[in-house]
Amino acid sequence: MDRRLIIEHIPRLRRYARALVGDRYVADDLVQDTLERAWNKFYLWRPGSDLRAWLFTIMHNVFVNQARRRRYEIEQAMEEVPAVSVRATQSEQLELQDVDRVLRSLSPEQREVVLLVAVEQLTYEEVSGALDIPIGTVMSRLSRARERMRQLLGAQGVMPLKVVK
Amino acid sequence: MKPLAEAELHTYIDGALSEGARAEIEAWLASHPEDAERLRAYAEQNALLRSLYNPVLDEPVPAALLAVRPHAGLRYAAAAAIFALGIGLGWIVRGMFNTPQMPPVSLARLAATAHVVYSPEVRHPVEVPAGEEEHLVNWLSKRLGTTLKAPKLAPLGYELVGGRLLSGPQGPVAQFMYQDTRGQRLTLYVSRQRGEPRDTAFRFSQEDRVSVFYWVDGNFGYALSGEIRKEQLLQVAEVVYKQLNP
Repeated sequence: MDRRLIIEHIPRLRRYARALVGDRYVADDLVQDTLERAWNKFYLWRPGSDLRAWLFTIMHNVFVNQARRRRYEIEQAMEEVPAVSVRATQSEQLELQDVDRVLRSLSPEQREVVLLVAVEQLTYEEVSGALDIPIGTVMSRLSRARERMRQLLGAQGVMPLKVVK
Repeated sequence: MKPLAEAELHTYIDGALSEGARAEIEAWLASHPEDAERLRAYAEQNALLRSLYNPVLDEPVPAALLAVRPHAGLRYAAAAAIFALGIGLGWIVRGMFNTPQMPPVSLARLAATAHVVYSPEVRHPVEVPAGEEEHLVNWLSKRLGTTLKAPKLAPLGYELVGGRLLSGPQGPVAQFMYQDTRGQRLTLYVSRQRGEPRDTAFRFSQEDRVSVFYWVDGNFGYALSGEIRKEQLLQVAEVVYKQLNP
């Protein structure tokens, strides 16, 4: 088996994990657990099929199990300093923080779908496969999550550039 | 014009549309400004989420993640066995810890276990009290085969209580104990790590009520444990790290 196959995907797994759980250390633990499980189950992966989607499936399973066991939602109780460093102007920075806060307010199920579609740019079919849910459920979660984010972002007046005097 | 399903609208911003479908949706949006506005907001969410999290792709991957190897999953069996059997039977599973390249997660578990065992002690929390700090540090340094330091945490409100020698899967382990004025205790667990010297980023683990920040620096693993809030513990862990790596 070729280690490079999996190692290539680590940066994207880290991006998704960070967005999913918010906290850097918790996210990297999630990646580590995912990689260990992937290695130990690598014989189950069919060469030629989409390795990335397979890894997301594993991460989803680890996340769901750990959320149950270890309360991964711990970050919601904490006001985190921005989890990632971004080069942005102050108003963009504020906007990004608002988006992150609103993202945290989604249920983990909605957050997974939004991130896989918006950040990881998986197709709806791939999301359906990775999370093992029907495509109709993908669409309803996506639709609800996006609308909720829009409402929260709009309602808080957090688009500083659009504030009218 | 037939009404568009919600799913089709989302398809418009998530790509992968045929020319015909795109034209159909655009015609719909031209006459339905509310839907158009909604999609504009969703597209903006996509862009914001990407600019928020894409920088993670450029971060260096922590060494611990690159070090993950097949069959490291045995650590779960080992950790579970230790919890089930208790430390007294630890030697039975000791062989499992000899798995090559065991990732440092069990470091957190071992440190948390030692914290839970010794920090509630009223009369004998440590073997050598802080009054004999020089002797304590020399003794533990000699046993671990390195030059140890007991970090000074008084500026953060934690005074050294003392320390003790413990037994770990890789041999001797040093435990330093600190305490604030309310009796809240923190322990620093220092143990030799198996395998090649390496450095890892700070990592966090919640072991029941005990929060642990841990990292590997060269041949040694460090774990700071306490039943305090994560961000408070991180503050202390950063000071510990800086003092050990001046």
